[in-house]
Amino acid sequence: MKVLIPTPLLSYTKVPEIEASGATLMELLADLDRQYPGLRFRVIDEQNAMRPHMRFFVNGEQTFNIRQSLRPTDSVQLVQALSGG
Amino acid sequence: MARTNKKSPSWKKKPAVRTKSAPRAARRVVVLVATRKGAWLFHGDTQRKKWRVDGPHFLGQIINHMVLDPRDGRTLLAAAKTGHLGPTVFRSTDLGKTWKEATKPPAFAKVPEGEKGRVVNHTFWLTPCHASEPNAWYAGTSPQGLFCSDDGGDTWEPCSIINDDPQFRSWMGSEQDGTPDGPKLHSIIVDPRDPAHFYLAMSGGGVHETFDRGRSFTTLVKGLDVVGGFDKANIAVHDPHCVQLCPSNPDRLYQQNHCGIYRLDRPSQEWTRIGRNMPKNVGDIGFPIVVHPRDADTAWVFPMDGTTVWPRTSPEGKPAAYVTRNAGKTWQRLDAGLPKNQAWWTVKRQSMTADAQNPVGLYFGTTSGEFWMSRDEGKRWECIAQHLPEIYAVETAEIG
Repeated sequence: MKVLIPTPLLSYTKVPEIEASGATLMELLADLDRQYPGLRFRVIDEQNAMRPHMRFFVNGEQTFNIRQSLRPTDSVQLVQALSGG
Repeated sequence: MARTNKKSPSWKKKPAVRTKSAPRAARRVVVLVATRKGAWLFHGDTQRKKWRVDGPHFLGQIINHMVLDPRDGRTLLAAAKTGHLGPTVFRSTDLGKTWKEATKPPAFAKVPEGEKGRVVNHTFWLTPCHASEPNAWYAGTSPQGLFCSDDGGDTWEPCSIINDDPQFRSWMGSEQDGTPDGPKLHSIIVDPRDPAHFYLAMSGGGVHETFDRGRSFTTLVKGLDVVGGFDKANIAVHDPHCVQLCPSNPDRLYQQNHCGIYRLDRPSQEWTRIGRNMPKNVGDIGFPIVVHPRDADTAWVFPMDGTTVWPRTSPEGKPAAYVTRNAGKTWQRLDAGLPKNQAWWTVKRQSMTADAQNPVGLYFGTTSGEFWMSRDEGKRWECIAQHLPEIYAVETAEIG
């Protein structure tokens, strides 16, 4: 499925749109980490929680459930709030 | 790494005490400057007069500490995070020409579903382990945790009892305690005579030592003051800012604490407040303390304003280092070359250091992004760089 990557993670993917797979958001993140080692831990902490200011959208709908099911036709967007100074 | 228990305290063995001994041959100094917005390397010439700047590395990322492994002279670790991305560690073996991210950065153990586990916010401190343990490192984090790597910083694991020990956890406090951006485990100091013996400090949570690689600890807070009104027996309220061990006499430690400057001569377990001998109008509050590489009687501090609401600026806007040449009996002001007034910056706990050359070079970075050095042990200061981001850490490495 198509995954949109925020600019702070382009040092990993180099491009803003990539292909990845997984039956759940957690599996998708595992695939992303296989393709781009280190990426997952920058957005998901060691307790499997989304890091503050990281947001996940599936087909335009925000989700906080890392176990949310995904279909191959879904579109996933990772968004990072660029607040702060 | 090969780890063996050593039960006898280091000072029961014949210490290799040397004071005012001969200096090592001169080498080229590289200063590693870690800031709130990236990292820079300053390469000195052999006279330490000209500096070539290399950076920024990791522009925009918060670099809390950057250390070159003195055992191999090539492995450089940088503790990084951004405002919103999680923490990680970057590694280089070519002095920053190329970097590779750690495969497994420091992280607390995953707790069972339904329980609330701790999450590393940032790695704050990096220490190479003993000279006999190549590729082994310790890391201190915020929230406070102790981690170790046996492969040059590529993979990290929780180590010792303290990350999950209820007593230590109560001393560490919560994220509402300690320093404004989170309580920190710092000043991990390995005894050069004994790889199993090391010290660590927690802000807040006191100073502790282990003789068995972290399986058990002894608390070292006797003699330390705490903020008025609190009970000194409560380890949680002890706030060591920076602890240093003298390379020329590993039985002597100095400490800059939230409540004064101290010296500890082992095997004693009682710190002596040597900061009482500082000028009264300056006081003995600050973050860093630096020891001389060859003279255990010499140490430098950089006081800050710890009055009223704790401005954490230079006292009266007049920055200065202070040096003792007699183990804290007397102190002399060292401000030649520094601004005479209206300079409201200060120096954080990892932002002042020394090289091992002769005379010793001193280096510090300021909260206002200036990088200063002295090539004559503080007699005169020179600004090497301005307009950097807020400087979090300054370390030296000697190469060539």
